[in-house]
Amino acid sequence: MNRVVITGAGTINALGHDVPGTLAAMREGVCGIGALELRDVDRLSIQIGGQVRGFEAEGRYNRQQMSLYDRFTQFTLAAAKEAIDQSGLSFSGELAAKSGVVLGTAGGGVSTWDDNYRSVYEDGKNRVHPFVVPKLMNNAAACHVSMEHNLKGPSFTVSTACASSNHAMAQAFAMVRAGMAPVMITGGSESMLCFGGVKAWEGLRVMSRDACRPFSANRNGMVQGEGAGVFVFEDYDHARARGAQILCEVAGFAMSSDASDIVMPSKNGAARAMAGALADARIDRSEVGYINAHGTGTAANDKTECAAVADVFGPHADKLMISSTKSMHGHLIGGTGAVELLACIMALRDGVIAPTIGYEEPDPECALDVVPNEAREAAVTVALSNAFAFGGMNAVVALRAV
Amino acid sequence: MSTKDQVIAIIAEQAVLDPSDVTMDSTPESLGIDSLGLVESIFAIEEAFDISVPFNANDPQASDFDISTVSSIIAGIERLRAEQS
Repeated sequence: MNRVVITGAGTINALGHDVPGTLAAMREGVCGIGALELRDVDRLSIQIGGQVRGFEAEGRYNRQQMSLYDRFTQFTLAAAKEAIDQSGLSFSGELAAKSGVVLGTAGGGVSTWDDNYRSVYEDGKNRVHPFVVPKLMNNAAACHVSMEHNLKGPSFTVSTACASSNHAMAQAFAMVRAGMAPVMITGGSESMLCFGGVKAWEGLRVMSRDACRPFSANRNGMVQGEGAGVFVFEDYDHARARGAQILCEVAGFAMSSDASDIVMPSKNGAARAMAGALADARIDRSEVGYINAHGTGTAANDKTECAAVADVFGPHADKLMISSTKSMHGHLIGGTGAVELLACIMALRDGVIAPTIGYEEPDPECALDVVPNEAREAAVTVALSNAFAFGGMNAVVALRAV
Repeated sequence: MSTKDQVIAIIAEQAVLDPSDVTMDSTPESLGIDSLGLVESIFAIEEAFDISVPFNANDPQASDFDISTVSSIIAGIERLRAEQS
């Protein structure tokens, strides 16, 4: 089994258009959530979100590309370029033939569905653009990363709602660890902040109208975000041989399924995923210094997640730090684990723990150190990143400082 | 603008060429328009003239619409406009 390291990272989200900008915002506890700017927003009862602003796709991509790139693909390509540029890799020959792309998304080209449904249903048109299907398909982003960077190995898209990115990264990690691929590009993206995307979420009645306040007793729901996070997962020996900069090691992962409810989380399923990731990585629980929580800001998730952490870590649960950066960038749904992995990398590399902002009142059911409101300096050698999806599909990734 | 000029403008935009580089005997291949580009051109033509073009990308030869040259495309559009008006 090969060791696996991260040699490149890229992102675009409500906090920044790249990794340095995003990490700076996390350190400062910036809130990227604000009033939504989108068509027919006045007909939405939820009017806030973590929207990406100032991203001019028109200047980045040519006319033909624009006709094929949904916003979730545009985000992915921007993040993938940053990650691959940082890694210093270029793909040709044997490396290209074996390296691939595994990305997560829950909805794929949601705004393409939305725009074209609007066109045929509301505007009464009987014809849509020929590229609607290749633009909206869930694997479109992975396709374009593969084409743009000449990645000819195994490539596909994973869709497990809010855990999509973590499942994707776990899969990519397993492939590099097993020697199936020397390098995998992985992460995920989401762009659901359009009328139909927000309207669908409204229906669940779990959205906050004012802020995402994970673990706070007065929390009142989740807030959607959008964007992408993409990473270069590389075989350790391959990275060392070429003198690559190593951001951290991916040490292990676990996936579990609650097999119980389509929306309600389970303490047991979450605990099995965290304990499984530690076992897979051969990490003692006392080594874990930071957990990037799933931390959606809903009543159900946060108390269940805290109870699961208490179960897995015992007395050590009171010593570790756990924060939810969704309070800053919102819930990126299928892309969320990828952006949140950045907070783990910051903890391991820079010794800075991203805060849970918007924290106002302690909740006895979430009585852990949630790093309230202000970032903290701390030396951390092992971090976990949690993702617990609707349908009880859980994926936890364990990272170690190198 | 005449039908001919409109069609040439659509095809030129698809081929990223100046309209003066598109001649009546140009073929989609000679202009560098691939199969996806051809489908996109047909869509633009349908939108511009408000017609429905019977074009099947699986088997272009079997379609009742000759796309072999610019002049055959223009002739086909003029016929469809007359039929569908």
